[in-house]
Amino acid sequence: MQAKLSAIAFSVAAAFALAGCGQKEEPKAAAPAVPAGKPEVVVKLGHVAPMTGPQAHLGKDNENGAVLAVEELNAKGMEIGGAKVKFELINEDDAADPKQGAIVAQKLVDAKVNGVIGHLNSGTTIPASKLYSDAGVPQISGSATNPKYTQQGFKTAFRVMANDVQQGKILGEFAVKQGVKTVAIVDDRTAYGQGLADEFRKAAEASGLKVVATEYTNDKATDFKAILTKIKSTKAELVFYGGMDAQGGPMAKQMKELGIKAKFLGGDGVCTPEFMKLGGEATEGNFCSLPGMPLEKLAKGPAFKDKFTKKFNTEIQLYAPYVYDAVMVMADSMKRADSVDPAKFLPEVGKTNYDGVTAQIQFDELGDLKGGAISIYQYKGGKLEYVETLGGTPIETAKAEVKEAVVEVKDAAKAVAGAATAVGKEVAAEAKDAAKAATEAGKDAVKAGAEAVKNAADATKAAVEKK
Amino acid sequence: MDIFLQQIINGLVQGSIYALVALGYTMVYGIMGLINFAHGEVVMIGTLVTITVAGTLLKAGMPVALAGMAGLMAAVLVCMALGWALERVAYRPLRHAPRLTPLITAIGMSIVLQNLAMMLWGRNYMTFPSLLPKVDFELAGANFTAIQIIIVLVSAATMGGLLLLVYRTKLGMAMRATAQNPAVASLMGVNINRVIAAAFVIGSALGALAGVMVGTYYEIAHYQMGFMLGLKAFTAAVLGGIGNLAGAMLGGVLLGLIEALGAGYIGDLTGGFLGSHYQDIFAFVVLIVVLMFKPSGLFGEKTGDRA
Repeated sequence: MQAKLSAIAFSVAAAFALAGCGQKEEPKAAAPAVPAGKPEVVVKLGHVAPMTGPQAHLGKDNENGAVLAVEELNAKGMEIGGAKVKFELINEDDAADPKQGAIVAQKLVDAKVNGVIGHLNSGTTIPASKLYSDAGVPQISGSATNPKYTQQGFKTAFRVMANDVQQGKILGEFAVKQGVKTVAIVDDRTAYGQGLADEFRKAAEASGLKVVATEYTNDKATDFKAILTKIKSTKAELVFYGGMDAQGGPMAKQMKELGIKAKFLGGDGVCTPEFMKLGGEATEGNFCSLPGMPLEKLAKGPAFKDKFTKKFNTEIQLYAPYVYDAVMVMADSMKRADSVDPAKFLPEVGKTNYDGVTAQIQFDELGDLKGGAISIYQYKGGKLEYVETLGGTPIETAKAEVKEAVVEVKDAAKAVAGAATAVGKEVAAEAKDAAKAATEAGKDAVKAGAEAVKNAADATKAAVEKK
Repeated sequence: MDIFLQQIINGLVQGSIYALVALGYTMVYGIMGLINFAHGEVVMIGTLVTITVAGTLLKAGMPVALAGMAGLMAAVLVCMALGWALERVAYRPLRHAPRLTPLITAIGMSIVLQNLAMMLWGRNYMTFPSLLPKVDFELAGANFTAIQIIIVLVSAATMGGLLLLVYRTKLGMAMRATAQNPAVASLMGVNINRVIAAAFVIGSALGALAGVMVGTYYEIAHYQMGFMLGLKAFTAAVLGGIGNLAGAMLGGVLLGLIEALGAGYIGDLTGGFLGSHYQDIFAFVVLIVVLMFKPSGLFGEKTGDRA
């Protein structure tokens, strides 16, 4: 019996091993027969984000972005290397815990995924990136902003958003612009929070701000009164928080309860609808920053937003569009390499020039997004209001300008049409005058619009030439 | 000085919350020697039930006071039922099993309840409806709110009530008898099943109350909120002497104060060498020192070596 069992076990193992080999060498042959006649290859994409724990809401948001991208790719039906490709998402939960992050990374490597999207947190992404690098699996994170991630010399590590060196710098400069002189810095001791806070400190000090207090919390805390009380005694005029919304919201609220008048400033981790929900009116009027540009300002942004809310019946929390782009960049690289083999398409990832939802995606030699922009937002009446975009490539800014001009022209045209319709209902004599006036107004509007387009086009041209 | 006073207030309120939760741990432990690790989750479910019930009623246009009371009632009832069910389903079948078995079951129940809550209420953070008017007080430069006073009073009153229950009522006498020796107690006509179930039900009702307090104070709730809170409250119960009601209260308040003062002054005391992220070290060093000199906690009774 024992012998028989082990024989079965051996043959099963052998069969698996053979199947594994076959798939590696000849992706076409390994795929089961497809009725359509064309061979089909399954491309396994690992996606990792915290699906449990305090950041589970952001993890779900990331997953939604990836799911949307994969479904679209499959619906479109891609062909790579002569075979029909079916993308399959393998979702893993790292609970925002670096240890768990490494475990699931190994699991994905063992499952022989073709590529990895994620992780969400810098703290999990950095240790995991070593495993992916050793296994030669390309990794694109849509949200890990800590600079260290791409500075380890791994050829497999990419990200599709600006890193915290850029973000911290812009936030530090922005703090000066708000007219404060003393700041207190709090971070949650995660790779992300600490990294962002450090970059902010550098920029703030370089701009002449005085850091009067440095306090710490953790990414599971709910009570911040002790450290806030200490900050209160330093009379800091601004509190900068490097961390996530689940702590930032209650922190802002508790600041108010303690009678602290200081302003609150944070990075992408607190630039969410959730933050305002949790912080209530204490968030009103304060600022935060997000890598990239607002969806409304991007050519493909509003369409993506519609698609997303329609499919998942929920708001975009934070990184979903970036994760969506990350999947698309991965697929695009496979297409260009005409192979789903990580060793073959990895060099193509670095050469990406993809027109994504969030930006024109190109990577520098480290794997960082080229010319990532940072936008500043203000919490106003329970909404995030766009203030300005700093940094970034002139092309992106010009693109946004063109888009705005187009909207202006469209609005002008609409106004003309509206006026004309209204006029039609009026008495004929009056209509004539009104039409004249309306046409005149319309002409002006169109002229203004056209001028705007021209300016924007010039800007684009200048930018291109500059490059 | 105003900063010191503020830190004392912060610690006192935080400590009272720990104490309120610790009472639930200590009550069950005192009677059957079981550490009910699922208690933190009972607190969490109390908070989430209140959000659902009070939130719905508020939307329907009910006055805040009524909706709040209804939410509290619903939470207490749900948690009592949950406590009863936990005991009946998870712990009673294991009453005669080795002591480690129910402990592991308790950890398992904690995970089950967390995931259940995640499925029912989702992963997102929820805002707790404002049930109390925001009244701010200022005393010698320190700020505090009405809810903070209420929390301190409620946990003190709860402890007083529990002491009365345990030392002045027939049920309390049966509880003490069961705690001393279940077999003899049952021979004397005590229905120990009922007594233990009562301990769970009462402990869970306190958990619900604690949940509502925590929710009203921080105005935020999440399916994982019970975990850290439970751990801290458990630490508080051990510090004060687990199984002792006054000890739980004292341990809770002490832990809260140590944390607040630790976070506030650790940087100054060590000349900036240690920052406020080491605040937990303070709490646990105190715990270790206390356990070194008084292994059964501050108020704990000396227990003989049973092995």
